[in-house]
Amino acid sequence: MIQEAAAQSPVSPALTRSMLRTLGLVATLSGLLVVLSYRITLPIIEENKRLAIERALFKVIPGAISRQDFVITDRGIEPTQSDLQGTALYAGYGQDGRLKGVALEAAAAGYQDVIRILYGYDPYCQCIRGIEVLKMAETPGIGDKIAKDPVFQENFTALEARANATGDGLERAIVLVKQGEKSEPWQIDAISGATISSKAIARMLNDSAQRYVPLIQNNLAVMEPAS
Amino acid sequence: MPGRPEQYEPVTLDTFLRGLWEENPVFVMLLGMCPVLAVTNSAINALAMGLASTFVLVASNSLVSLLRHYIPKQVRIATYIIIIATFVTMVDYAIQAISLDLYNALGAFIQLIVVNCMILGRAEAYASKQPLGATVVNGLGIGAGFTLALLSLGVVREVLGSGSLFGVSLFGENFQPWVVMILPPGGFFVLGTWLLIFAAFRLRKQRRTELGEVAQHER
Amino acid sequence: MNADSVTFIFLNAAIVNNFVLAMFLGICPFLGVSAKRDTALSMGLAVIFVMLVSSICAYGINWLLKLFEIEYLRLICYIAVIASAVQLVEMTMKKFSPALFRALGIFLPLITTNCAILGVALFQTSREYNFLQSIAFSLGAGVGFTIALMLMAGLRQHLELAKVPNVSQGAALTLMLAGLLSLAFMGFAGLGAQHG
Repeated sequence: MIQEAAAQSPVSPALTRSMLRTLGLVATLSGLLVVLSYRITLPIIEENKRLAIERALFKVIPGAISRQDFVITDRGIEPTQSDLQGTALYAGYGQDGRLKGVALEAAAAGYQDVIRILYGYDPYCQCIRGIEVLKMAETPGIGDKIAKDPVFQENFTALEARANATGDGLERAIVLVKQGEKSEPWQIDAISGATISSKAIARMLNDSAQRYVPLIQNNLAVMEPAS
Repeated sequence: MPGRPEQYEPVTLDTFLRGLWEENPVFVMLLGMCPVLAVTNSAINALAMGLASTFVLVASNSLVSLLRHYIPKQVRIATYIIIIATFVTMVDYAIQAISLDLYNALGAFIQLIVVNCMILGRAEAYASKQPLGATVVNGLGIGAGFTLALLSLGVVREVLGSGSLFGVSLFGENFQPWVVMILPPGGFFVLGTWLLIFAAFRLRKQRRTELGEVAQHER
Repeated sequence: MNADSVTFIFLNAAIVNNFVLAMFLGICPFLGVSAKRDTALSMGLAVIFVMLVSSICAYGINWLLKLFEIEYLRLICYIAVIASAVQLVEMTMKKFSPALFRALGIFLPLITTNCAILGVALFQTSREYNFLQSIAFSLGAGVGFTIALMLMAGLRQHLELAKVPNVSQGAALTLMLAGLLSLAFMGFAGLGAQHG
C-alpha cells in the first residue's frame, strides 16, 4: 500500500492541498476529542488514585484515618511540593490527630519480575506494622502467597526495625528464616516452596529500612502535627 | 476508492452475523491475537477488552465511513491510524476513570488496541467503501465475534486455572486449580485447542459438501 | 544483579519475560513469518532495528511531552514515530537488499502494527526507565523476539516433513508449539535473581 503510493505520478499542488487539508482536519478533530476526554476524566481518575493509595496506606498503618505526603530529599524529609524530587513518604495520622506511622514503597527482583510493596513503619515501637503488595508477577498459588497468605502477613504485624546507636542503619538486619524457625522479632518466616519470592520481600524491607529508618527517626518533628 | 452507490451492500442480518462466525476475526482471520492470549486469564478481563475493542472498532470505522469521500488515497492509512489512536486514547482514560483495578489488570493492552490488525484491516477493506449504516452493523458483528473469541478463552482459562468464573469461586476451597492455564503457556494451548476444534468443524463441513456434490453428480 | 541494572533488564526482556512467549507481543508476525529460518532471521533483525529506533524516539518524545504537559498525545505520537521508523527501514532495505525486501513482502509494512514495537515504547514509559535502561530493554526485547522466531522456524521446518493430523495444520500446530516453548522458557524464571 505504501509502495504503490510512492509509485504514483508526481503529486499535483491540488492533491497536496487536499492531503494537507484532510490531515489537518483529522488532526484537529483528534486533538479536540483527546483533550476533551482527558479533561472530563481527570478529576475522576485523580480521585480513584487517591482512594487506591489510601486503601493501601490505612492497611499498613493500623489506626490511621488521614494522611499527609512528604518527600525524602538530600536535605531530609520535607512536605511534598510539585517540583521536589525524591522518594515519596506518606504519614498517617490517627483519630487523635497524632502520627500513627509512615509508609513508603520498596521494590526488589522477585521470581518472575520485580515485586513492589508499600510498607508501614511505626516510629514509636520502631517496628514495621504491615506490608501491602502493590505489584507482582509471581507464580499464582505459590509465589503470590506473599500477598495472599495470612500466616505470612503475620510476620509483619510487629517486625522489629530499630535504628542502631550510630544512626546509620538498623541495630539488627531484617533476615529470612526457614518456615517455622522464627524466634526473634526481626526475622521473617519464609513461605515453604516460595523461597525466592519470600527472600525478595526480606531483602527489600532490609534495604529500605537500613537506609530510611534512621532518617525517619531523626526527622519525626517534621511530620508531627503542630500541637 | 470510496465505493459507488451501486456497490453498496444492503444492510441485513448477515452483515452482522458474518463477523461472528464466517469472518470471525480471531478464529478465521487470525487477527488480533496478542490481546486474545494476554488478557484472557480471567473472564472479566476478557469481556472488558472485548467491549473496549468493539467500541474503538465501531467508532473509528464510523468516522472513516463518514469521511470516506474526503480522504485522499495517499494519506488514508495515516488518517485511519490517527483516528484509531484518538479513540483508543479516549477509551484508555475512560477505563481509568471507571475502575483503576481493571485498568491495572489490562495493563498496556488497552493502548495496544491501536495496533489490533482487525481494526485497521476493517477500515481499509470495508469502512472506506461502505456507507455508515453497513459499517456500524458490520463493526458490531466483528466486535461481537472478537468478544466471543476472547470470552471463549477467558472462561476456559479462568474456570480451569482459578476455579472461578467472573470472580465467583465455583469449586470451593479444596479445588486444585490447573495453574498453567492462567500462565502464558496455557493461553497458547487453549487458543490452539479452539483453532483445532474450528478446523475440525470446517473439514467436516467441507467433506459433507463434497460428498453432497458427488451424490448430485451420480444422480 | 540489581533489578535496575542494564544487564538484568536486557536478560529479563530477552529470556525471562520473553516478549513473545511470556508477554504475548508480536504474535501475528510470529505466526506468519516463522515458516522458514532465513525469513525469520531477517524479520528478527528488522524488528530489532525498528525497536531500537522507536525506543530512542519514544524516550525523546516522552521527555518533550512531559515538558509541555501534553502527555495525552503520547499514543498518537508513538504510533506516528513507529510508522516512520518502519518506512525508513523499508526504504533502506529496498535500496541495499532488494531480494530480502521481496522475500519479506507484506510483512515489512506490517511491522507497524506489530504490538511488540509499540509494546516496547509503552512499557519503557510505564516503568520509567532512563535512557540506557530503555536501550537495554529494546535490544533485549528485539533479541528475545528473534530467538523465539528462530526457534519456531527451526521447529516448523523440521515438522514440514513429518506426518501431522490435517486438523491441526497451520496455526493450531504453531500455537501448540509456542505453548511448549513458553513452558520451557518458564524454566528461566529466577535468572539474575539475587541469592542472599
